[in-house]
Amino acid sequence: MEKFLSGDEAFAEGIRLACPEVISAYPITPQTIVVEKLSEMVEDGSLDAEFIHVESEHSALSCAMGASAAGVRAFTATSSQGLLYMAECLYYASGGRFPIVMMNANRSTALPWNIYGDQRDSLSQLDSGWIQAYAENAQESLDLALMSYYIAEHKTVSTPFMVNLDGFILTHTYEQVDVPEPEQAKKFLPPYETENKLDLDNPKNMAFSAGPDTNYIFKYKEHAAMFRAIPVIREAEAKFAEIFGRQYTGLTDAYKTEDAEYILITLGSIAGLCREIADTLREKGIKAGVLRIRYMRPFPAEEIAETVKQAKAVAVLEKDISFGNEGTVFTNVNSALHSAGVTVPAYNFIGGLGGRNISHQNIIEIFEKIQSGTASRVNFIGIEEGENS
Amino acid sequence: MIKPTVREKKVFGFADVPEDTSFEAGYLVSVNSGWRSIRPVVSTEKCIGCMQCYLYCPDGVISIQENKAVIDYDFCKGCGICSKICKPGAIGMERER
Repeated sequence: MEKFLSGDEAFAEGIRLACPEVISAYPITPQTIVVEKLSEMVEDGSLDAEFIHVESEHSALSCAMGASAAGVRAFTATSSQGLLYMAECLYYASGGRFPIVMMNANRSTALPWNIYGDQRDSLSQLDSGWIQAYAENAQESLDLALMSYYIAEHKTVSTPFMVNLDGFILTHTYEQVDVPEPEQAKKFLPPYETENKLDLDNPKNMAFSAGPDTNYIFKYKEHAAMFRAIPVIREAEAKFAEIFGRQYTGLTDAYKTEDAEYILITLGSIAGLCREIADTLREKGIKAGVLRIRYMRPFPAEEIAETVKQAKAVAVLEKDISFGNEGTVFTNVNSALHSAGVTVPAYNFIGGLGGRNISHQNIIEIFEKIQSGTASRVNFIGIEEGENS
Repeated sequence: MIKPTVREKKVFGFADVPEDTSFEAGYLVSVNSGWRSIRPVVSTEKCIGCMQCYLYCPDGVISIQENKAVIDYDFCKGCGICSKICKPGAIGMERER
């Protein structure tokens, strides 16, 4: 059924279709609407789940872990400071291999205090062992809510999954969204079954300590499972397309990159504007392309290198900065290019921090700068040359 | 009362390490009483078998045998909670030698 929904509302609809049995969450702008909608659904009986009101984000994820350890599907959602507050539990959930799904509304981190969108919250947690996907629009948000459980709970993966939505730009913007029927969703997503649970018939010791002799083997296995998610993502998308008629493109989403000389790599909601500008530039004879990263973990290193290897220059546009170095997405992309022996010049563009707008003109200038070779290695959009040192 | 027994520690190779952080319950490979500086000692004359110490012991090392509290010194850490909670005053704490 077609509905007019915000990103947050679309995600909540997706979660209703995924039928989690436990939802534990603490509200935080700009995620609040997800929590509100889900609590209304539980209240009106359209979602048969326990909604547990917790006193913090640390508790929200701890609670979801307890539910997952009892063998049920669990959901939580957060943003920014909330994600940082639950950081300790992120590592517990991934190490325990609990396939919890979390929605994170990408928002800047204090200080200065700010509620608007950038991606520094989730990108700071790339090493926490969670699968990380970045949605571009409300439809993809809803669809990822369903697909995330399929991937996370797959027997070969069993890894928690974080779906990221750009704060306000995506969470609060209304779009036309196709909300699938519950019967269709049931066909796509089977009920959760696991051996990794508290079971009286098969008593287990769970969430224990492991000394130096075995600890690194656990960590290796966690790492290997993350890579096993790659074929499962494709499998989920193929099944999704068969049932719902929408085909997604795996870890990346390439637009006119086949013959592109200048490729802009980015993630999240800004990608739509970037594609529009690539089209405008192509009308002027500039072969521009856009590569949207859909998954930061597992990281599509080979795909990125393969896609950009024929280009003349590459720009990485991200709403993130790792202070004292460069944008983290850029670091990841550069490593991918270097490992694959791809020597295309790559430039980093940092923008959108604290929700600052990345304009049409800003993106045109990115393409102009990488085309003319006047870009610095790391560029801060909107900060003048000379100030930028 | 079922209590796990100390077993020989296996050598874990790559294949033995589980995917998730879980393992069969009751896999107990060592005692851990080495850090005890004081030990609870039960007076069988005073003990009335009320089981309060059994309920309060944080490490589950107290069992009730023939209606009297019995402490498993292989696992008692000497915290003294049993002594504090014992209403008849049947559990005293003695310095380890």
